[in-house]
Amino acid sequence: MFGRRNPQLNANDELIHLLSIEGLPAATLQHILDTAGTFLSVNDRDVKKVPLLRGKSVFNLFFENSTRTRTTFEIAAKRLSADVINLDIARSSTAKGESLLDTIANLSAMHADMFVVRHSESGAPYLIAQHCAPHVHVVNAGDGRHSHPTQGLLDMYTIRHYKQDFTQLTVAIVGDIVHSRVARSDIHALTTLGVPEIRAVGPKTLVPGDLKEMGVRVCHDMAEGVRDADVIIMLRLQNERMSGAMLPSAGEYFKTFGLDAAKLALAKPDAIVMHPGPINRGVEIDSTVVDGNQSVILPQVTFGIAVRMAVMSIIAGNSP
Amino acid sequence: MSAADHLDAEALYVGLLAGVRRLLPPGGALVGITTGGAWLAERLQKDLGLPGAPGVLSIALHRDDFSQRGLSGGAAHTKLPFDVDGRHIVLVDDVLYTGRTIRAAVNELYDFGRPASIALAVLVDRGGRELPIAAACATATIELPADKRIRLARDAAGRLSFEIR
Repeated sequence: MFGRRNPQLNANDELIHLLSIEGLPAATLQHILDTAGTFLSVNDRDVKKVPLLRGKSVFNLFFENSTRTRTTFEIAAKRLSADVINLDIARSSTAKGESLLDTIANLSAMHADMFVVRHSESGAPYLIAQHCAPHVHVVNAGDGRHSHPTQGLLDMYTIRHYKQDFTQLTVAIVGDIVHSRVARSDIHALTTLGVPEIRAVGPKTLVPGDLKEMGVRVCHDMAEGVRDADVIIMLRLQNERMSGAMLPSAGEYFKTFGLDAAKLALAKPDAIVMHPGPINRGVEIDSTVVDGNQSVILPQVTFGIAVRMAVMSIIAGNSP
Repeated sequence: MSAADHLDAEALYVGLLAGVRRLLPPGGALVGITTGGAWLAERLQKDLGLPGAPGVLSIALHRDDFSQRGLSGGAAHTKLPFDVDGRHIVLVDDVLYTGRTIRAAVNELYDFGRPASIALAVLVDRGGRELPIAAACATATIELPADKRIRLARDAAGRLSFEIR
């Protein structure tokens, strides 16, 4: 997929697109997190706006609906003073049969500077990055089962914020790992940043044994999975998995792999609980845990805006 | 006009201290631009007997050469431990050159409020202005070819000196 070299980087190894965390060096990830720290403070100012992307046009291309992710990208771009154009692609030209690359060619003719792309097909943002004009930057906002790099980065920012050092941590990712682009991005990022123990926790249908090849410890037992963990990342259980005979029932799943106070007590006393949202209370996570003092689910959202500001400003500042 | 190669930063600092004492009204605040200006502001704050810490200003988010240079590496945060609204501010930097840094610093300050006034105090004015900006206090005025770079350095003991390359 990468061809000869990583298409996210220019000849000086600077980031020009963000397509996947896979293949990015630790220094690049740390630079993004450091920059996000700078932008976090912008939220405390009277004027919550900086002029870095003034005069630039950011097109949000959501071929798959996601109001929340689109909104955080929109806020991030606006705080950088960019002009933001939201295209509800799911309901417009592609529905009329226009090909992806024709859509991109048309939008490029409208002088776009950046595309933020969400697509149900893995690899769509790569295709766009390879075919758009050289000055245009592409951010992957989630493609199929493949990757959701800004979510992965905001998860890393959250972990670094609460735990500082990655190299001593045990991180448990619980739920539908096999279908989750968030899990995939998190695993790549955690590995790159030097986390010694990453556990993939869930039933065999959602956490197959061959995940071991990604360097994670596979746990089909929840108690084993969360014991002494520093960080627990819960994933949303998608309803279609339930109906697709991969799981018995929501009640059964919650009993076995849902995070409640008793299971959380097995983790370290200062463990943090994360979730990419939207949460299903009582399905993968108990309400008392969501609202409890170990939950950092809402700070994740705040950090997410700063991380997206960092990504957009870094790639916009690097030339092809 | 002094020769650039024997600039004594410590001797110039004495002049800066006197100048800032004159410029800073009661209730006013010092703000240093990272990194050289922040070192100076830190020392001035102590030598003027002012309570607390001075403001520190990073201009990374207001640079006008962002599209050519991108975000520079270790971006320090702006920290202003006081309310900017209605305050008299003395902005401190090590070297005044094109004026672009000061333009960015003033914009950055305005993101936090509307100051009553902003005055500029620098150790060295090397000419070459590209914007209508002047210092209220510049302890030395030098001439330096455009291809030379001058910046303040601070050793472990806190002593200041100029590096010219």
